Amino acid sequence: MSEARVFHLKTPLSDEDVTKLRVGDIVYVTGIMVTARDEAHKKILEVIESGEKLPIDLKGLVLYHCGPVVRKREDGSWEVVAAGPTTSMRMESVEAEFIEKTGVKMIVGKGGMGQRTAEAMKKHKAVYAVFTGGAGALAADRIKRVVDVYWLDELGIPEAVWIFEVEEFGPLVVTIDTTGKNYYEEKMKEVKIKAEKIKEELMKVEFE
Amino acid sequence: MTDLNLEDTFYEFIKTIATGIPEDIYTAIKNAYEKEENPVAKTQLKAILEDMEIACKKKRPICQDTGTPYLWIEIGEDFPVKPTKVIEQFTNALRKVTKEGYLRPNAVDPLYFKNSGDNTGRYIPWIHVEPVPGDKLKVYLMTKGGGSEAPSTLVMSTPLKGFENLKKTVIDAIAGAGALPCPPVIVGVAIGAGADIVMSLAKKALLRPIGERHPDPKAAKIEEELLKALNKLEIGPHGFGGRLTALDVKFDYSYRHPATFAIGVVTSCWATRRGIVEISPDGSSEMLTRHLRLVDGECKIV
Repeated sequence: MSEARVFHLKTPLSDEDVTKLRVGDIVYVTGIMVTARDEAHKKILEVIESGEKLPIDLKGLVLYHCGPVVRKREDGSWEVVAAGPTTSMRMESVEAEFIEKTGVKMIVGKGGMGQRTAEAMKKHKAVYAVFTGGAGALAADRIKRVVDVYWLDELGIPEAVWIFEVEEFGPLVVTIDTTGKNYYEEKMKEVKIKAEKIKEELMKVEFE
Repeated sequence: MTDLNLEDTFYEFIKTIATGIPEDIYTAIKNAYEKEENPVAKTQLKAILEDMEIACKKKRPICQDTGTPYLWIEIGEDFPVKPTKVIEQFTNALRKVTKEGYLRPNAVDPLYFKNSGDNTGRYIPWIHVEPVPGDKLKVYLMTKGGGSEAPSTLVMSTPLKGFENLKKTVIDAIAGAGALPCPPVIVGVAIGAGADIVMSLAKKALLRPIGERHPDPKAAKIEEELLKALNKLEIGPHGFGGRLTALDVKFDYSYRHPATFAIGVVTSCWATRRGIVEISPDGSSEMLTRHLRLVDGECKIV
């Protein structure tokens, strides 16, 4: 990758905001991020399926694959203690439908997503970006406020849908763009080829 | 036997490990950041350093996955507290640290899908106890993240193909996992007689500091060669390329059975949280590892 391009975006994101992004670009987001893991995806899709209204309109917002550590302050407000990303591939089976039905414009997670999601992103104009895995304290620092939380009793803290107000949340690296390019898929192919060569070389080194 | 209070010491010890990255990792990431030329990899290393510093300053967990507690206890034959009491006091401290939000409750009953809420449960914390000569107590703790358990591999090789399979297994485990275990990773590798032995030794090997070589020259060479090979994969921080895929390779071995050559591989993420505390018979304690900690409002390695 050559020198990275850097973008500072505000939610709600428009089609224009995301179609200009390309794999390898770095993004900082200000505005609203909505968390959802496995159970929350199921829940949100069920609500839409039943014809009911979601408690929040997700159109143009950023979906965050995250199970945060939060604690309640004495005044009853929430303090986000750590909020790094979780492995996105677990949501692969439902993400294409989620993008289509909710209109989210950016998904943030860890480790990349698969072909179906990439196709849905091309079709519905959305991007996938990763936040540094494990950097839970940094993420929490960029979350200014918990705006709301849904299905907390039903799903529990890590699985509930948290509405975060964030400021300059990043660095986020785009790994799936609206042209359908999927960085991690290509990278894994490259690594596999390299691995074969490395093993060949390593076989010549005596360990015994 | 006395009823020495170790709970407060363990409480501070666990909290330090949850919020204070070990010196060797902090230094290795910092050096890598300064040398890295790949711009995206560099942003990742910078974010990691920032994360470590915020965790220290705000006394927050380094990562939201605060791991599963693994304990290795070396208890002197003449240490005045019984091993069962040591474990009981450690467990109490663990519950307290969890309750205060420094650790996420991560112990889930697999049969009944229930989170215990306090990081304890059947066989958790996972504890090894070893009696040793002397009157001191040494406790090694690693709070091991779940994501980086993914590449764990066990191969039961034939002895003739042992080293060939060892090389293959290590490269394939890391290449196949890509960005998932949160690289740069530390890789624990062990060979020996049986499946459980090598997995256990590979995990324990992760406790050794980065840069330290195995005292046996052949074992040290294995560490060096595997490390060199892994960093040629150029997976890099979170899969964005660059020179740093593995922070180190730690190798260990047991004698093997004539018919076996078990190979175990375990990895740990960049946020490897581990430390050692030593307690004297009078109850006084000393951290044997240095961490990024808050001293007079400033983050320092102490």
